[in-house]
Amino acid sequence: MISMSFDLAIALSLIIPVVGTILIGMSGDRPNQRETVTLLTAISLFAVTLWLLPQVAAGARPEVSFFEVLPGMPLKFVIEPLGMLFATIASGLWIVNSIYAIGYMRNTGEVNHTRFFMCFPISIGAALGMAYAGNLFTLFIFYEVLTLSTYPLVAHRETEEAKKGARIYLGVLLTTSIGLLLPAIIATYMLTGTTDFTAGGILADHVSPTTATILLALFMFGIGKAALMPFHKWLPSAMVAPTPVSSVLHAVAVVKAGVFSVLKIGIYIFGIDYLADADLTFWLQAVSAFTLVTASIIALTKDNLKARLAYSTISQLAYVVFGLSLATAAGFMGGSLQIAMHAVGKITLFYFAGAIYVAHHKTEVSQLNGLGRKMPLSFIAYTIGALSIIGLPPFGGAWPKFVLMEGAVDAGQPLLIAVLIISSLLNIAYLLPITVRGFFLKPDGEDTPAPFSWDGVKEAPFMVLAPLCFTAFLCFVMFFAVDAVEGLIAPILN
Amino acid sequence: MASPEIILAAAEAGHIVTAAAGTHVGTHGATHHEAPGLLDIIRNNLPALQVLVPLTLAPLITLLNNRNLSWLLAMVGTSVSLLIAVVLTTQVLDGSVISYALGNWAPPLGIELRVDAANALVLLIVAAIGTCAAIYARPSVDKELGMTEQPLFYTAFLLCFSGLLGVTITGDAFNLFVFLEISSLSTYALVAMGAKQDRRALNAAYNYLILGTVGATFYVIGLGLAYMMTGTLNMADLAQRLPDLMGSGTLWVAFGFITIGLATKLAMFPLHFWLPNAYTYAPSVVTGFLAATATKVAVYALIRFIFTVFGADFAVEAQLFGKVLLPLGLIGIIAGSLVAIWQVNAKRILAFSSVAQIGYMLVGLGLMSLTGLTATMLHMFNHALMKGALFFALGAVMWKLGGVTLDKMRGAGKLMPWTMAAFVGGGLSLVGVPTTVGFISKWYLLNAAFEREWYWLIAILLITSLMAAVYMWRVFEVAYLRPAPEGVQKGEAPLLLLIPTWALVLANFWFGLNATTTVNLAETAARGLLGLTGGAN
Repeated sequence: MISMSFDLAIALSLIIPVVGTILIGMSGDRPNQRETVTLLTAISLFAVTLWLLPQVAAGARPEVSFFEVLPGMPLKFVIEPLGMLFATIASGLWIVNSIYAIGYMRNTGEVNHTRFFMCFPISIGAALGMAYAGNLFTLFIFYEVLTLSTYPLVAHRETEEAKKGARIYLGVLLTTSIGLLLPAIIATYMLTGTTDFTAGGILADHVSPTTATILLALFMFGIGKAALMPFHKWLPSAMVAPTPVSSVLHAVAVVKAGVFSVLKIGIYIFGIDYLADADLTFWLQAVSAFTLVTASIIALTKDNLKARLAYSTISQLAYVVFGLSLATAAGFMGGSLQIAMHAVGKITLFYFAGAIYVAHHKTEVSQLNGLGRKMPLSFIAYTIGALSIIGLPPFGGAWPKFVLMEGAVDAGQPLLIAVLIISSLLNIAYLLPITVRGFFLKPDGEDTPAPFSWDGVKEAPFMVLAPLCFTAFLCFVMFFAVDAVEGLIAPILN
Repeated sequence: MASPEIILAAAEAGHIVTAAAGTHVGTHGATHHEAPGLLDIIRNNLPALQVLVPLTLAPLITLLNNRNLSWLLAMVGTSVSLLIAVVLTTQVLDGSVISYALGNWAPPLGIELRVDAANALVLLIVAAIGTCAAIYARPSVDKELGMTEQPLFYTAFLLCFSGLLGVTITGDAFNLFVFLEISSLSTYALVAMGAKQDRRALNAAYNYLILGTVGATFYVIGLGLAYMMTGTLNMADLAQRLPDLMGSGTLWVAFGFITIGLATKLAMFPLHFWLPNAYTYAPSVVTGFLAATATKVAVYALIRFIFTVFGADFAVEAQLFGKVLLPLGLIGIIAGSLVAIWQVNAKRILAFSSVAQIGYMLVGLGLMSLTGLTATMLHMFNHALMKGALFFALGAVMWKLGGVTLDKMRGAGKLMPWTMAAFVGGGLSLVGVPTTVGFISKWYLLNAAFEREWYWLIAILLITSLMAAVYMWRVFEVAYLRPAPEGVQKGEAPLLLLIPTWALVLANFWFGLNATTTVNLAETAARGLLGLTGGAN
């Protein structure tokens, strides 16, 4: 048995996805081989992550620099708790999603399976690269790899609509990252001489508050993946992709990579104390609160289920940015918890959207009347996911909302609690009607809701249904697992 | 046989070291220690061989007049040059200078070949791309040119190749003109050979000939004036004598003529009009080779005149940087990128993109700093890699689909996956995506702009990067997201096209991930040009 070292584990986290992509590419028209490779890649990647997790939780900070890209600018990885959390979520949910994707793709008549499955490992690998990045430069490299490797997935259907959506997707993400994030990184480098993520931040002694505010704005808007308004349009546009893409990438890996970067830059480049002392974030509170409420209101108006979920995601992502903008330990913790809890909840909702499409070809909310009696398990799983997003116990989503409110009080801004409450109410207003329609309204063209009978049940295929029920169950588990997550993150807040 | 000397001159002190001079030619000297062996002779004469090997092979090809042999000789000529360029580069990496007196006539009277980091970098570009082009030429030329033309093609190709190497390596200003004309005249012939595919190639070659000749004439007029004033043609010698003449009107005129002449050759906006058509209608391999090398060599010549011959102070006095290079470079970047967006022929997209990319190099000069000059030197190398890869990939598309208009390229991604994957790789580099050389260039340009605190320049650089994304993505979308026309069979280009293309694509990523070597070389070059002591770091 070869003993595992940190260097090897980090290298494997990047190599396994590349190998997986190549092997999937080589499987050509053999679906069984392609899917086996996909699952094996996902499982081995998660195994490596799980090997790292307990050691990082115990205080280890594995560090490795592979080589210098530019003089003085190494490709550097340091695993710290926040990245570990993100990596665990992304690689863990990818296994579930692989099963779901196989079921979905086999049952919807999509084409170009090989290209489709090839892009996943690269995307997840890029997400892990971001999670473990030890400096801004490395983070940026993988940020762009993630953007580009998900583009073919968004454009997958090759229709005019898909092309247009993919263009907006790429346009917004590239414009913000090259136009705002890259200059912010270069400016940081020029001002401080480093881009290393350092506990306590690196900017404090090098810049004036004005410069710091400009930099913060460049970072926050430059990370387009965090979907802060007005740079949020790419997320609804990405919904033209097949649902397995929306679920793992546009509810988990890509968007969480965005808000993860927000938190990581907030704590390791600026430093929570500096953010608070120099009072840099008052405008960010306003922008994130505005995004949080506005996106929820837009979600109310969307009849297309995936569009509604996309705007819901924009709103939920803003919670994380909001958490940072509070510039308190509790706010930061709330943001970190939200990354984990929202991932599990939102992937459930997207699985539901995929399930109703696979089983009954429904895409609009208004088509769901009475469908709950045909797909009871799916609707129950959806409801659990929705309750978690709304923030009700006993589901995981309750914690981040609670801790964020605590953070708002700590920040001396109790009024901001109102924003969180309004948003939760809006969540109820746009998420729960689907449950109501499914179970209690009569289907179009019929006078009464059909009485429930097991013969009338037509659920999605097992490979689609099982992941949906599993992640719904996970929402419940996460409610009790919150201590583990808090325990992981807490050391970086001291 | 002459027995020349190699003189290593350390840049900082200017002291001259005579190194291992091969004074006697040993018959079978390998066994005798005192007599220099064949290897020593070769080692001592590397700078001359750099140009002479391809130059002597060129007429031989015409004399032999055999299709297979010509390809073989072209391969030999280019790959030997590449080897020599690599060896020379390793010798000057530390900032030293190799001075070689041709025919053992000591400079400034004799012709001097002079290698430092700056032109070693360019030699490396020309030789490497030339080798790739030679491999690539065989299937491409078979397809695009008539059988009888082929030996002539290889002759012209090797002439052009040795001309470009000559321009780069020479330390003599008039010798530079001679090599410039050798390369230019053979280039006109090469471009015109595209006529079998498209008659418009003749027109393009003619336009190029007119503008190119005007440029060369301007150069030689300027040089004549300088010679009249100083009585010397050796660059180092000129550099010593010109400062005494500062303020002389004749010198201003000479400087103007030389600058404009070289600016025409390097396609500085608005003297770029020959470029798009020449690139579009030339045979594919010629386009790839020229786009990656010819303009770089001209940029190098301009840099050499500005910094070594006239001196940066003179150029500053002439307001060359702020009033000429910077604004025209910027207009070139913006206009080139804008026009590229509206083209429907992929070759023309890349051609206008070249106008923009040359603009980046000029802006790097216009920044007037070590970082800026480093960025320019770096971008010369990096742009050669990306444009070479892109044009070669297009040549492979041309080989199979018979054209590279966006209409013809529909579905190319599925028809020829390896070729188009190479094109995407090169395209990402052109856009400046991290992990590619394009990103390294942008990084240094942006750093230089930050140093100057020219935030408006940062904005322009970033916006035009995004414009590059737009024009590249138009090609990607057509190739991948549009169905192929009916009746076209799936099938790849021959390996001889794919291998050099992919070699360049991988180089884009290799030097994008591991840029330390190129950055150090570029910085050493920039330091040498600015007269700062020592190598990088």
